[in-house]
Amino acid sequence: MLARRSVVRTLRQPMMVVPSLLFPLIFLSINSSGLDSATRLPGFPTDSYFDFALAISFVQGALFSANSAGTNVASDIESGFLNRLSLTPLRRVALMMGQLAGILALGLIQAVTFLVVGAVFGSGIEAGVAGALVIVAMSLTISLAFGCIGAFVALRSGSGEAVQGVFPLFFAALFLSSLSLPRDLIETDWFRTVATYNPVSYMLEGIRSLVITGWDGEAIALGFACAGGVALIALTAASSALRTRMVRT
Amino acid sequence: MTRGGFWSVALAVGWRNAHNFFTNPAMAIPALMFPLFFFTAFAGGLSRVDSIPGFDYGSGYTTFVYGFVLLQASAFGGVFTGFSIARDFESGFSRRLMLAASQRGGIVAGYWIAALLRAVFTITTITVVALVAGLTIDGSFVDLVGLYTLALLVNAAAMLFGSGVAMRLRTMQAGPAIQVPAFLLLFLAPVWVPYDLLTGWVQAAATVNPVTLVLEAGRGFLAGDPTEVLPAFAVALLLAAVTVLWARGGLRSAERAA
Repeated sequence: MLARRSVVRTLRQPMMVVPSLLFPLIFLSINSSGLDSATRLPGFPTDSYFDFALAISFVQGALFSANSAGTNVASDIESGFLNRLSLTPLRRVALMMGQLAGILALGLIQAVTFLVVGAVFGSGIEAGVAGALVIVAMSLTISLAFGCIGAFVALRSGSGEAVQGVFPLFFAALFLSSLSLPRDLIETDWFRTVATYNPVSYMLEGIRSLVITGWDGEAIALGFACAGGVALIALTAASSALRTRMVRT
Repeated sequence: MTRGGFWSVALAVGWRNAHNFFTNPAMAIPALMFPLFFFTAFAGGLSRVDSIPGFDYGSGYTTFVYGFVLLQASAFGGVFTGFSIARDFESGFSRRLMLAASQRGGIVAGYWIAALLRAVFTITTITVVALVAGLTIDGSFVDLVGLYTLALLVNAAAMLFGSGVAMRLRTMQAGPAIQVPAFLLLFLAPVWVPYDLLTGWVQAAATVNPVTLVLEAGRGFLAGDPTEVLPAFAVALLLAAVTVLWARGGLRSAERAA
């Protein structure tokens, strides 16, 4: 019931669905033309910046999911819905996953849209149809990871404004990664170091490897490990925050 | 109405908005963070781009990026002031202001003063960060006067555009209508690489985008090699003139609704 409510509620709000599809596509479109000449750099892994940048859309879409998840949970807290749920015998993790089902549905729509746009504009997924399915799975894991962070912030603060306030930090995490160039082509030492420690780099590289290289076991494993790890930590933290909030109730 | 009436309204509105901006971290921090993110991400993450064959900007990639981020900070100083105007209308403050102001044109002038102060604060901070990060300025003092004058003209045009939208719609939901056109104009210019290295539809868009001239002139001032100066100032002044008319229409619309 909770999952169904979360899915319907997310997909019924155009302000949650449309920007999360539109902004990554606009960014992809501008980026791929504006930086296409970067493919002339020695060592650049592909001759199409569009192929290179396609992975960004998936992660950027997931960042919007974090915002949506946090806003939805904060709204449930502000309206008192979460207080009423605390009277039921629901397990915390089940409650959390129910709340995040809408984000996973949105993540699925995003992943399929970005793959279709990629195919229409000439990005052949090097790993084939099976690779596309792995991209969808990784994209959903990334959406879950960021969605859990958004939910955690909402549960800790109980405020939609706090969730909006954290949104720029998510963008900082995206920008301080191997977003625009492969890590080995990043010239500035401190930036390359930050990008190396930033899990978002590995999420991008996991998806990117399937688009550009084919089946690169290490990149895929690191992508899933980083997305799954962040999801696990954030889900645990969100569950703990939920327990604290329910105890207060 | 007296000139004193106009300026006393302008100074009061300007002071109030500047005070709100500088005492409210929720307003000041995003205004600083976004240009800083872009500067850090582009200057740090894309510095290798200056090795692309045909990249002919002599002052280095950090300076190249600073030229864009300066323009962006100026424009967004104006855009965010447009948000403040929309918020004032939504809260009902502007309705009371319209009733009390002896010269309503002073209201727009007051918001312009606030936008100017915001831009000066943001530009100063970004310039300090950029200098620490290795910004090279090869331009003379006169070049820098030209650069910052251009930036402030862009700030005024963005504020007047935002003011026109906010005063017509009079709701915070006007935010995207203010932000998206400014964002698109800025990013459909040669942001990451010089114009000659752009490809595809972005190059076509940059060719007709007036911001391209302003950006190239700004980068020319920084490099000590002024280019496209007259066309850039003509475009910036034309944008400011057109947006003055746009803001005036917005004020009339708000007056009719008040």
